[in-house]
Amino acid sequence: MTEKPSATGTHSAPEEAKRAGAISDFGIDTTSKTTSEAISDYFAKVRGGELGSLPALAGLVVLVIYFATQSEFFLSLNNIANLFQQGASTVIIAMGLVFVLLLGEIDLAAGTASGVCAAIMALHVVRDGNLLGGMGSTVFYVFCALLVVALGLGLLMRIWAGAAFALVALLITLIGVPANAWLEMLLAISVGASIGCVTGFLVAKIGMPSFVVTLALFITWQGVILKLIGQGGTLPISSESPTLNAVANSNLSIMGSWIFCVIVVAGYAGVTLGRHFKRLNSGLVTQPTPIALAKVAAIAVLAIVGTYIFTINRSQSAIVIEGVPYVVPIVLAIMVIGLYVLNRTRYGRHIYAVGGNPEAARRAGINVTKIRASVFVVSSALAAIGAIVYSSKVGSVDPQAGALNTLLFAVGAAVIGGTSLFGGRGRITDAVIGGTVIAIVQNGLGLLNYGAAEINIITGIVLLVAATVDALSRRRAAAAKS
Amino acid sequence: MSSDPILEIKGLNKSFGPVHVLHDVDFTVRAGEVTALVGDNGAGKSTLVKCIAGIYGHDSGTVTFQGNEVHIRGPKDAAQLGIEVVYQDLALADNLDIVQNMFLGRERGSRWMLDEAAMEKAARETLASLSVRTVKSVRTPVASLSGGQRQTVAIAKAVLWNSKVVLLDEPTAALGVAQTRQVLDLVRRLAEQGLGVVLISHNMADVFEVADRIATLYLGRMVAQVPTKEVTNTQVVELITAGRSGELGLARPDTVTI
Repeated sequence: MTEKPSATGTHSAPEEAKRAGAISDFGIDTTSKTTSEAISDYFAKVRGGELGSLPALAGLVVLVIYFATQSEFFLSLNNIANLFQQGASTVIIAMGLVFVLLLGEIDLAAGTASGVCAAIMALHVVRDGNLLGGMGSTVFYVFCALLVVALGLGLLMRIWAGAAFALVALLITLIGVPANAWLEMLLAISVGASIGCVTGFLVAKIGMPSFVVTLALFITWQGVILKLIGQGGTLPISSESPTLNAVANSNLSIMGSWIFCVIVVAGYAGVTLGRHFKRLNSGLVTQPTPIALAKVAAIAVLAIVGTYIFTINRSQSAIVIEGVPYVVPIVLAIMVIGLYVLNRTRYGRHIYAVGGNPEAARRAGINVTKIRASVFVVSSALAAIGAIVYSSKVGSVDPQAGALNTLLFAVGAAVIGGTSLFGGRGRITDAVIGGTVIAIVQNGLGLLNYGAAEINIITGIVLLVAATVDALSRRRAAAAKS
Repeated sequence: MSSDPILEIKGLNKSFGPVHVLHDVDFTVRAGEVTALVGDNGAGKSTLVKCIAGIYGHDSGTVTFQGNEVHIRGPKDAAQLGIEVVYQDLALADNLDIVQNMFLGRERGSRWMLDEAAMEKAARETLASLSVRTVKSVRTPVASLSGGQRQTVAIAKAVLWNSKVVLLDEPTAALGVAQTRQVLDLVRRLAEQGLGVVLISHNMADVFEVADRIATLYLGRMVAQVPTKEVTNTQVVELITAGRSGELGLARPDTVTI
């Protein structure tokens, strides 16, 4: 195929090293690359099949250009804000699923589990904290018993965060504090984490395949939602709780938007340059300084332009709508925490290790069972946050909350972004990029007045194309190696 | 050549239920030497290694490490003493890079913030001290390494922990000629650095090339532990297959009581 970029066979290594300019003894690690070398190296890597998120990003650009030429509304300020608000919940649920997919597992129940969280949150709002009255005594006691079970399982598996959330959910449920938006969001997340404890226990401790466990739970939770809300019922949120309504429908103030912009730019610059110079100072090879600076500059420009666009009044009526939508900082915050956990903590490293080779991880002294169970807690808790966002966007919770498409779009988002279903490969940003692709397809086709039929067909094809590109690029990478 | 034994096993017995796998095995590992452990399939080589590594317990016998009697109750005890095992299937995670693999499960830095710079430096120093020259960057994912390079990483991983005894279970079994060369050189260098090295191998050419001593197991009995210079290839093959060769090995059958 093409020339070999980085991986060299054993025999040819010395000769190749000579050709490349006396690279030996970790030449790449000790000889800093110049900017042009770094750039050409990158292209060599891409040619070798290491595409990363590139196909998804390219697809994103193509879709944006296509819809911008087809619909005059697509790039209108109002629609851009709307796009973010529509796509946020899928992105958040997908970020949780990345953790599960990294182990080569699947959480089919994430969608309906999020629906359960939404229903309980909405019940708490509507019944002013009286869940006993809202559920009826039988359901209420079963619910409390299940929370106790989740608490026990969390303690048994020594997943302290999961156990703590289960305890919080139990306390909020039993104490019956009057409706309070923040408390309800906490309740939703806690219920999500409790559900995760149960799923994680069944998969990791009992050892059932996650597909079967979560398929069963998917159906179960769907029934639970129906039980909680009632056939044909709807629990209104927007009219009951202004704060919950604001999550997906309101914006930061102009001042807040710019402060947020400064935090993002300063944070990114601080982390990127801090790491860069730390590596330089300890004599380790890093990307060339101009490239690091260029990255920071690019993010700064992007953030400033984005913030500027969002601070223009985008209302078509007399009411002023301006500022960065709340969902943007929410998604960004989860993304940053996810990036940090997966790349900078021991826990994240162990997730990748278990996903790549469980036996190697076990021999290295990693508690594989605990890691495997814990990702379901993360996934369900993030699904609950997704549920808060989509319930807020819709303004109510009905028995269809978190139904089939919620989950499938989230899995699709992670896969389109480049996360492997076989485990070990994927990043949290994949979920964001893939989720954006799906949101744009949905939104754009909607603007072009296509019906649900066409939208589903085309979304499916986009997913198929993404998977094909991934498979082909991996074949190319494998061919370049051998 | 005759340094003090770093690891000395005396009268080790191990049974799995009714099957008596190791009979009164004596085994000595000396610092700065490569001891080859040979024997036919089922002779008990892997069992002996696993007993030393703490994966299996043993029924009777003493283990002396650096002059002190020790009780190895699990892999962690062995690791703490400085005994590391490189298994046949390398136990590397393909999706992680060399540094990440070498520090897997024992990452440096706090729980909440890994110290990548320190780990990268230490990994590089270890590989450099073993004169590993075939790997261009310690940030290369293990998936893109050749078999020999992977074996090298697995061995370097064992050395990283200031280990004193390294047990290698058939490290060259799946390798080609050039890669076997690489690994054997590495095995020799480990010994030169003062480690006690135990090499399990079926390949007599490899054994005679790198080993200072050859220990032969025959049906769970240690039949001979002799300096390589004092035996020939044929003698060792006889020891492996028949348990004795001339003066060496088990006594004549008529004096043996089983």
